[in-house]
Amino acid sequence: MNRNLAYVSMAVAINAALAVSNISMAQDNPVNALKPASAFQAIADENQRSVALFEEAGKVIQHPRCVNCHPATDRPLQSMSMHVHQPPVTRGEAGMGVPGMMCSTCHGPENVKVVGQAETIKSIPGNGNWHLAPIEMAWEGKSLGQICSQIKDPQRNGGKTLDQIVEHMAHDDLVGWGWQPGEGREPVPGTQAEFGELIRAWVETGAACPS
Amino acid sequence: MITFKLNGQERTFDGDPDTPLLWVLRDFEKLTGTKYGCGIAQCGACTVHLDGSTRRSCITPISTVDGSEVITIEGIEGKEAEAVRKAWIAIDVPQCGYCQSGQIMSAVSLLQLTPKPTDEDIDGAMAGNICRCATYHRIRQAIHNAADTMEG
Repeated sequence: MNRNLAYVSMAVAINAALAVSNISMAQDNPVNALKPASAFQAIADENQRSVALFEEAGKVIQHPRCVNCHPATDRPLQSMSMHVHQPPVTRGEAGMGVPGMMCSTCHGPENVKVVGQAETIKSIPGNGNWHLAPIEMAWEGKSLGQICSQIKDPQRNGGKTLDQIVEHMAHDDLVGWGWQPGEGREPVPGTQAEFGELIRAWVETGAACPS
Repeated sequence: MITFKLNGQERTFDGDPDTPLLWVLRDFEKLTGTKYGCGIAQCGACTVHLDGSTRRSCITPISTVDGSEVITIEGIEGKEAEAVRKAWIAIDVPQCGYCQSGQIMSAVSLLQLTPKPTDEDIDGAMAGNICRCATYHRIRQAIHNAADTMEG
C-alpha cells in the first residue's frame, strides 16, 4: 500500500520507532532558558535591540518542538532529530490529516502517558487543536531572518497584525504546548510568558529582522 | 464515573480514568475484536471509531471518552461497512488476520468520507495500519471494489 511500508513488518516498524526515540532522548538537553526582554535594555540602538530580541525568541521559534509542525513539505517532523513523522501521515486540506488518518486519530486533547513501553517512549503528545501550520508558514530549512520576515508578512502569517502576532505567541494554547510537551520530550526554552514578552518588545522596537 | 455509548448502548466505567480505551473494550466489555499491537499508536491494530472518526484506542485514556460514542469492529454497520465486508471476503484479504479489524475500521472511515477514493486517498488513510503479512495490495483492491459496489 504505502510504498514506504509495503514490505515492512509490524515488528520492524516498531523497532525502528524505538531506535529513533533513543536518538532523540540522547540529544535532549534539560538546561534551557530565555533571557528576559529587560536584559536587552542595555543595547542603545533600537534596531539592534530589536534584532537581538528576535534572535533570543529564535531559540524557541527554531526549536524542533516548533519547527516539527511548521514543515516545508506535507509531512510533519518528529523528535529532536527532526526525522519524518512515523506513521507516514500527510497534512491534508486543513493541516489536520486526511480522511481515515487525521491528526486526531492519534493525538488527543492532551498528552497521554504510555505504560509498559521502552524507557525511551514516555508519552504521546496531544492538544485539542493539534494540526500543522499552513504551508505558507513553513519554517523548516529557513534562516531566522527568513522566518522573521515571514512572521511579519500578512500574506504568510494568516493575515495577522503584529499585535495579533504578539497575542498568538504569548497566549495561543497550541503554541503553549511547546513548554508542556509531555514526558520524554524537551520543552522549548523559558516560559511562554517570557517568550511573549520578547516578541512584544521586538514589536515595540520596530520588529527588525536579523539579516 | 465515565459514561459513553459503545456500539449503540450506554456503558459506564468506574475504574482508573487513565485506563486505555482498548483495555476497557477488551478486559471489561469483552469485545476482543479490537487488537493490541504496539501500545503507542504506531501500528493501527487497535483502531476504533470515536465520535465518527478513527481513533487508536491503545493511547486513548477512558477519561477522554466520557460522553462520546465508540464503535468497534463488532458494532460497525452501514453501507460502507457492508461493502467492505463483502469486498474483504470476495478476494480473501486477510492472511493471519491480526491487523484486519483495524484495517477495516480505517477503510470504512475512509469510504464514509471519500466514497470514491483514489490510490493516493487509500494510501493516506491506511498509512498508519501496518500488516506484517503485507496484504496491502489486497486491502487497496478491496477498498476500490467496495467503492464500486457502493456506487452501483
